[in-house]
Amino acid sequence: MSDIASRVKAIIVDKLGVDENEVTAEASFTNDLGADSLDTVELIMEFEKEFDIQIPDDQAENIGTVGQAVSFIEAAK
Amino acid sequence: MKLKRVVVTGLGALTPIGNNIEEYWDGLVNGKSGAAPITHFDAAKFKTRFACEVKNFNVEDFIHRKEARKMDKFTQFAMVVADEAIINSKLDVENVDPDRVGVIWGCGIGGIDTFEQEVVAYALGDGTPKFNPFFIPKMIADIAPGHISMKYGFRGPNFTTVSACASSANAIIDALNYIRLGHADVIVTGGSEASVTGAAMGGFNALHALSQNNENPSMASRPFDKDRDGFVMGEGGGALILEEYEHAVARGAKIYCEVAGGGLSADAYHLTAPHPEGLGATKVMQNCLQNAGLVPEDVDAINMHGTSTPLGDVAELKAVQKVFGEHAYNLNINSTKSMTGHLLGAAGAIEAIASVLAMEHGMVPPTINHTVLDENIDPKLNLTINKAQKRDIKVAMSNTFGFGGHNACVLFKKLEA
Repeated sequence: MSDIASRVKAIIVDKLGVDENEVTAEASFTNDLGADSLDTVELIMEFEKEFDIQIPDDQAENIGTVGQAVSFIEAAK
Repeated sequence: MKLKRVVVTGLGALTPIGNNIEEYWDGLVNGKSGAAPITHFDAAKFKTRFACEVKNFNVEDFIHRKEARKMDKFTQFAMVVADEAIINSKLDVENVDPDRVGVIWGCGIGGIDTFEQEVVAYALGDGTPKFNPFFIPKMIADIAPGHISMKYGFRGPNFTTVSACASSANAIIDALNYIRLGHADVIVTGGSEASVTGAAMGGFNALHALSQNNENPSMASRPFDKDRDGFVMGEGGGALILEEYEHAVARGAKIYCEVAGGGLSADAYHLTAPHPEGLGATKVMQNCLQNAGLVPEDVDAINMHGTSTPLGDVAELKAVQKVFGEHAYNLNINSTKSMTGHLLGAAGAIEAIASVLAMEHGMVPPTINHTVLDENIDPKLNLTINKAQKRDIKVAMSNTFGFGGHNACVLFKKLEA
């Protein structure tokens, strides 16, 4: 796993209180990991902070899974 | 319209002197002080460096980490005490009509710790707002009853009452009246507060409201004593299950006592100082007696607001003597704040519980730390000094007064056999 992927995973485990092995690339924040709309906003903000990037709201809407988050961050870095 | 009768069928407490009802009562009758040096933040530069903190509390013993971190501590306290009270009441939450169960909570300040953390982070940044999406729903004072309703699915009346240190007495009185009027069968009521934080301690210090007896914290809260020098900040919560009498009887609930009435008044005098003659305090006790259909001679015990401030304690006792006349000498008067400190918006709840338990056990908890008589206080009054006193209590009164001049008073009455 890439460094980015493992850091993303750590944030998700911390914020959503889920098991590490549930955080697969395909896992959806809302459908699989129990996030509600506010949790999702918080995750995006944590990604911004952790990786020192900006994720505009219209692009944040397209980040629904763990894999999509990792891809976005890799592209943004 | 005939008002319905309302009884207490469940209790829960998380206090500086005990983390559940049993421990709380044990602390009360044994005169335990909850005061100690502050551990929640570095208070080295503060005028007051001690408080009555809740001890040995690990929120994850009660609430999953994922949920707990979306709650300020005042809401975490609320969840824990509401759970204890609901379990204690043996209410069948799966089968009760959820539209007939409400939650009315008292909170004086709300999530001040959350507010501090978020604003400090913003102030230290470059001006870019990076507020957490849970900032507002963690901070707002109304969120605790919201969380309780979501956990249990209770869809009846739901809100928070805010009247500073009278907040949770206001909540209890609102709960009483909503059930009396038939708007709900059961209401989870009470209050919680978590204000042992830098901003809260600094703010109350600036008002000269807090004791600065840093050398001897456990002796600092000393209501009615000549050497009292302010209140001691406390934190925690208390919950009571108020239930319509017939509803409680039908399900065979244990009934602690009846909520006989509530009184409300304002001092209309000063932001923080009590009316020197206890005008609002007099009115509120009279209102409460009238509301309960009782006379002064019916009352056996009063748990005072008694915060251990120089002005407040004297004004309140003057009011008691005005309301009760000669009967004042027959009363067991106490202030449990001598042990718990002052839980602000949760004070009314934990003190109402103290009154209910005193009635239940036939024992009045003491006013501890009394060593020197104040010449402004009538020595013939029984202030239940330093040691619990046995007393068959048929009617107990609980007073709470808040900054802004809000006064609330509740009367509890033993069920007639």
